[in-house]
Amino acid sequence: MERPIIYAKNLTKRFGNFTAVDAISFEVGKGEIFGFLGANGAGKTTAIKMLIGLWKPTEGQAMVAGYDVYKQPEEIKRNIGYMSQRFSLYEDLTVQENIRFYAGIYGLSNQSIREKTDELIVKLGLEQVQNERIASLPLGWKQKLAFSVAIIHDPKIVFLDEPTGGVDPITRRQFWDLIYEASHKGITVFVTTHYMDEAEYCDRVSMMVDGRIEALDKPGALKVHYGVESMHDVFVKLARPEVE
Amino acid sequence: MKRFLAFVRKEFYHIFRDKRTLVILFGMPVAQIMLFGYAITNEIKDAKIAILDKSKDHLSKRLSEKILSSGYFVLEDYLNAEHEAEGIFQEGSVKMVLIIGEDFDENLQQNHTSHIQLLADATDPNTANTLINYTASIIRSFQSELNDHRSLPLTITPEVRMLYNPNLKSVFLFVPGLITVILMLVSAMMTSISITREKETGTMEVLLASPMQPLQVILAKVVPYLLLSFVNALAILILGYYVFGVPINGSLILLLLECILFILMALSLGILISTVTHTQQTALLISLMGLMLPTILLSGFIFPIENMPWILQMISHIIPAKWFIIVVKSIMLKGVGIGYFWKETLILVGFTLFFVILSVKKFNIRLA
Repeated sequence: MERPIIYAKNLTKRFGNFTAVDAISFEVGKGEIFGFLGANGAGKTTAIKMLIGLWKPTEGQAMVAGYDVYKQPEEIKRNIGYMSQRFSLYEDLTVQENIRFYAGIYGLSNQSIREKTDELIVKLGLEQVQNERIASLPLGWKQKLAFSVAIIHDPKIVFLDEPTGGVDPITRRQFWDLIYEASHKGITVFVTTHYMDEAEYCDRVSMMVDGRIEALDKPGALKVHYGVESMHDVFVKLARPEVE
Repeated sequence: MKRFLAFVRKEFYHIFRDKRTLVILFGMPVAQIMLFGYAITNEIKDAKIAILDKSKDHLSKRLSEKILSSGYFVLEDYLNAEHEAEGIFQEGSVKMVLIIGEDFDENLQQNHTSHIQLLADATDPNTANTLINYTASIIRSFQSELNDHRSLPLTITPEVRMLYNPNLKSVFLFVPGLITVILMLVSAMMTSISITREKETGTMEVLLASPMQPLQVILAKVVPYLLLSFVNALAILILGYYVFGVPINGSLILLLLECILFILMALSLGILISTVTHTQQTALLISLMGLMLPTILLSGFIFPIENMPWILQMISHIIPAKWFIIVVKSIMLKGVGIGYFWKETLILVGFTLFFVILSVKKFNIRLA
């Protein structure tokens, strides 16, 4: 088997006495769409921040894109894209300026910045609004743009932290089309969500409860294992066992 | 470097697209210098005075008339005795009292010298100073009129007493104080707000997850404000010089270098504020209450430090603005070189290093 592009073993993060992420272990293969599921506060964001080199883990090991999260966070940052839970474009900049800015800080050449910007604007159908400030766009458009900007430098992996919060199901579907497209290009997608319908779109999912990974498999296999119809039911079983 | 420039360009977009930022950056300095400038160079007209003429001779009357006909003064009252002066000042009905000593004419003729006393209400030191200067020049011209026909010159010596604020210190020269306040405002407040804005909106996280080094991010955010602050300092100096005739007696280059030092100090303070706050509002509040007020009130800009209670004098030592104002005054007004204020300069360097080291530490703690 090919070496996993993300590898975590007993990865742990403690804040004082509180263990936000409790010895999680998993592997993600190249080109995979890996769903990182869990309720709010389960530790998803903390785990992501360790994987992208923002926070140092308390314990455990992790390799991302072939680099050690302790020793080589800078190399990791060069090889990944990241779309945060909160909105990551600048509202007072235009569509074009936002694209150029992010392409610029990822060190793309002037020529490829121009090409990519034009290409992206056409692809997302933003020709009419390319010189409008982001603030005036609908949320769904902004999120699609934010995702496209996060992979503008063709990273090996893109980390998406709750990318579709607050948008309608149709826009979510369109957003997932973009994710599939990126995955076809060979970009590994690591996505957190608490929309269980989205979990069905992933190749494999992990279920995080109170800082621990309680289940990890293909969505179909999980449903069979827990004897339920949907990912939502899997989640309910895992997250609230006392309800049963 | 290209990344850095892309970032700086973005920062300029932010600045030039936000009307409030623009007003603070460019409107405030001009508005303030005009306000302070005109408040301080206000013309004295029809100031109320009282006269105590102890000689009541021909010459003393001529002098009183000359002063009253100058257009600057209006007579409120003639006094009969010195002790009345106190009361009339306390009522606040006059700004100045002119006391002509006994035997004014006789003394002049025989001893070739005579004394006049000027009392001024220095609770408003600018006005007091201006009144005294006006009166002194009227007395000088009176004296030269008398001397026209004489071989031996006569001298009238005005003895000046400033009541209530005898030293008349610092207030006068507003440009050094104004530069300080504006640089503090633009550098510290604006940077702390602009950095916390990225934290508040969540873009900071994305930036830190990008290949840009945290240090690069901070520097790129700070560079535009460094440039704009410098432009502001120049604008104030130019306005001060051409509109209000505030001189730059010392080395301009040295002055600008000291300005850059102070800007760096203020920027590092702004960065420090942004490392301990999470919202723009807190950053704004801390900057206003923690920086602007002490800078205006405790730096000697408006209120002379010498007249403050002991405890406030102690506090003023840790206000960087205090030291910068001393430096700027030394260069602009006294025209002296670095030899006279190397201590103050070192203190500013010390503040800068202290804030930089502290912010780097705070920043690392947050990342760990």
